[in-house]
Amino acid sequence: MPQTKTFDIEKLRKDFPILNVEVHGKPLAYLDNAATTQKPKAVIDSMDNYYENYNANIHRSIHTLGEEASAAYEGAHKKVSDFINADFEELVFTKNTTESLNLLAYSLTQNLNSGDEIVLNQMEHHSNFVPWQQLALKRKLKLKFIEIDKDGTLSNESIKKNITKKTKIVSLTHVSNVLGTINDVKKIGKISHESGALFIVDGAQSVPHLPIDVKKLDCDFLAFSGHKMLGPTGIGALYGKKGLLERMEPFLYGGGMIKEVTFKGTRLNELPWKFEAGTMNIAEAIGFGAAINYLNKLGMKNITNHEKELVKYAYKRLSEIKEVEIYGPNAEKRSGLVAFNIKNVHAHDTAQILDGEGIAIRAGHHCAMPLHLVLGIAASARASFYFYNTPEEVDKLAEGIKKVIKVFK
Amino acid sequence: MTKENLDPGYVGEGMYRENILDHYKNPHNKGAIINPDIKHTENNPICGDVITVTLKVKGNKLEDVKFMGQGCAISQAAASMLTDEIKGKTLEEVKEIKREDIAKLLGISIGSARTKCAVLGLVAVKEGIREFEGKN
Repeated sequence: MPQTKTFDIEKLRKDFPILNVEVHGKPLAYLDNAATTQKPKAVIDSMDNYYENYNANIHRSIHTLGEEASAAYEGAHKKVSDFINADFEELVFTKNTTESLNLLAYSLTQNLNSGDEIVLNQMEHHSNFVPWQQLALKRKLKLKFIEIDKDGTLSNESIKKNITKKTKIVSLTHVSNVLGTINDVKKIGKISHESGALFIVDGAQSVPHLPIDVKKLDCDFLAFSGHKMLGPTGIGALYGKKGLLERMEPFLYGGGMIKEVTFKGTRLNELPWKFEAGTMNIAEAIGFGAAINYLNKLGMKNITNHEKELVKYAYKRLSEIKEVEIYGPNAEKRSGLVAFNIKNVHAHDTAQILDGEGIAIRAGHHCAMPLHLVLGIAASARASFYFYNTPEEVDKLAEGIKKVIKVFK
Repeated sequence: MTKENLDPGYVGEGMYRENILDHYKNPHNKGAIINPDIKHTENNPICGDVITVTLKVKGNKLEDVKFMGQGCAISQAAASMLTDEIKGKTLEEVKEIKREDIAKLLGISIGSARTKCAVLGLVAVKEGIREFEGKN
């Protein structure tokens, strides 16, 4: 068993109260981090502190609490934008990745004409699939899908074939939530831009795990969620290049996003507030900021390295079990998750038996039904890691899988 | 979580009692009736379970019952047990069967996450009967 030396994991785990709970009398091995991560005490406390000491609405109140709340909210904005090396005006808070992508789908397709093409691919999560599909149907736009190769990576040939001069938008997941594939977003972004298309990255599974610099990636937009990176649910983000955000129509209208309203019309607020209508999830934004603090303290490079070791080890342990089929590329090319099936056992039965051992994994289609159609399976089981997971938990998973095989023998 | 669900007998591998695994591996009444009076398919999009039931009605009774399907052990075993249970029963009797009755057939308590799997066969049968009665 490899010893990961990147952090003192035992010490880190103490920051997460939930990691001490027992499930069915056994210590919890939480391996469902691609669905949502656990929260450190610092994140939980930051939200309690807001509600207990300075709860007020933001931007509108002159009183002391209002000013404190506004400063904390804007501070969270600053932390999240710095985290991906964006300018302050370029980062909008949303509910989550799904809302960020819906905002883009609604706003960007307004200027498209029937027959214009949008390029997605076979491994997209429903959140980067259904909004485009539905708007394409409404506006008679053409959707195209880059195919995946047998090893679960995007086919180079298919990329070239699908992204053409007719392409107006390319929207791509950075890391597949099922295959774990890390897509070469820099390369595909360059191809998209050369074709004159806008390039959107779904960062839900990458921003929590890899160091991200939007200026280096040169993507036009990046969407991600707070709750998959230690933050609370209900807060996510959308990065967009300033020039593009300035020209875009807001997705939601209402309070907070305006400068002046008369009976005749409305002047919109400046960036990023133009896209934040109504009272936002203030406590959650503050919690997101606290999560960023925590991640910065650990260092994203260290997090990536730790997860790399862990997924390599998990891939090895699971590959050794002959009844297990793993989906996606080899450990070198993947992020910290492994989707698999046990021969002749449905993924839900696998998850049920593992739950009895205190091991939490996800089973189902992971909001990627089109990908499961391509793989020719109804469902899969998925173990996904974060920096607080240990090689011992991987061992537990492997032992649990052996138990499943024994039950169904 | 209810107290019952915390019983170690009903969690993890404890859920996969011998009778459930028996029905899963060797399902009863598996197949399709040719020219059925009732045919209905239900799926559970969360797990990808699918069950198609075909039923032969004589008078007001289910003369023959078969099912086809794929999915988790709970969904397939419950469907298999259900076909044994309803064969020969009247349509009215079958319509009275509830979620709790399926749990009794399985012999386990079903957590909310698995309820859909367990009742998938029952839903298919009941929906099929509803369509049949609507037509006749």
